[in-house]
Amino acid sequence: MTFKRIVSGLVIAGVVGGGAFLWLTQPQRLPADVWTAVNAPDLANGERMYHAGGCASCHAAPGAPDDQKNVLAGGLALKSDFGTFHAPNISPDETAGIGQWTLAEFGDAMKQGTGRDGEHLYPSFPYASYAHMTVQDIADLYGYLKTLPASANVAPGHDLPFPFNVRLVLGGWKWLYLDDGPRVELASADDSVKRGQYLVEGPGHCGECHTPRDILGGLKTDQWLAGGPNPEGEGRVPDITPREGGFGSWSAGDIASYLETGFTPDFDSVGGSMVAVQKNMAALSKEDRDAIAAYLKAIPAR
Amino acid sequence: MKFRTLAAAAMIAAFGAGVVVAADEPQVVRQEMMKKVGGAMGALAGIAKGEKPFDADVVKASLTTMDEVAKAFPDQFPPGSETGAETEAGPKIWEDAAGFKAESDKFAASIEAVLASPPADQAAVGPALGSLGASCKSCHEVYRVKK
Repeated sequence: MTFKRIVSGLVIAGVVGGGAFLWLTQPQRLPADVWTAVNAPDLANGERMYHAGGCASCHAAPGAPDDQKNVLAGGLALKSDFGTFHAPNISPDETAGIGQWTLAEFGDAMKQGTGRDGEHLYPSFPYASYAHMTVQDIADLYGYLKTLPASANVAPGHDLPFPFNVRLVLGGWKWLYLDDGPRVELASADDSVKRGQYLVEGPGHCGECHTPRDILGGLKTDQWLAGGPNPEGEGRVPDITPREGGFGSWSAGDIASYLETGFTPDFDSVGGSMVAVQKNMAALSKEDRDAIAAYLKAIPAR
Repeated sequence: MKFRTLAAAAMIAAFGAGVVVAADEPQVVRQEMMKKVGGAMGALAGIAKGEKPFDADVVKASLTTMDEVAKAFPDQFPPGSETGAETEAGPKIWEDAAGFKAESDKFAASIEAVLASPPADQAAVGPALGSLGASCKSCHEVYRVKK
């Protein structure tokens, strides 16, 4: 009798606890008035966010020539330790793309990782970084994406093994890792460094590749931008903290020049996934590239 | 004691021989060639940015260095040198040897076009550098695997 009571007590506790966990980690939406309070979209700023965010690097059709990069037809395969993700069509097509999404739905995807149907999105879409973006910048980006060409391409779904194909587990991931606070403490930060922090930690989502991940795929924020094994193949993603004997030898001017021209101080040319990123960075203003460089000089060396 | 001395001598000899062999390996030779091009690009960029004074001889020497490398470069990829010495040579170099040679020839041709009428002042160095830099990237993006 006592034994049965203990067992049934444990079962009830398990059900209640599991239920509470699912309730706590259910997909979140921001209050609707967040999105009605914004100004009319500034399309020039939206285009800046589009380049800073690198949307085309994943969402353009794989191998699309430069003049077709703004057709966000989707389909690129992203291989990871958890399976293969496929970037969806985010062109303004009414059925294949996101043409019917409201600003609130788009914004909840960007800031909360919540999809249009109220499902958890996979963090291969870097909402853990985009969560740092301002509501107005997201509204401007939303307005700009509407101006791009529509594509009827139906991108393939993700190809993930169990348990990663169960979206409910992502609630736990978000509970552990979705945090829109600053990634590092900066001892002192002028306006340029702060702008750089915003661009790097938010839209630029640099940390998604340049910061090592733990076993559950969360960023090791105590190793912020310290580099790590390349999740997409051979070699390493470089440490871009101002470490002596490493990236610290690059001046702020060297970093800004690299982002503009694609050449390192030794005149090696940009390689790998950074080729596409550098092209996006080249489309930003000089002030923004200088800001990124200033921030990278201001963060702690690892 | 004598054994230790002999062993040490043998180790030094082996190590020394290893270094000599390594320096002859195509992987190392072509890395050095690319470093030469990088150095030449750096000299031109210094002038283009106004950090160094314009010097027609430096411009010509830099372009000549690049031209020499571009001509000899495609011959540095014999079978068996696909891996080792941290090479970043991509598999496409061997899969599409003709395409790789064509890229290299294109680079040489663009250098020679600049050499035929070299930049006459500081302002002309930047545009010349831009056209050569585009060749670096277009070849690297296909035939080099960045590690």
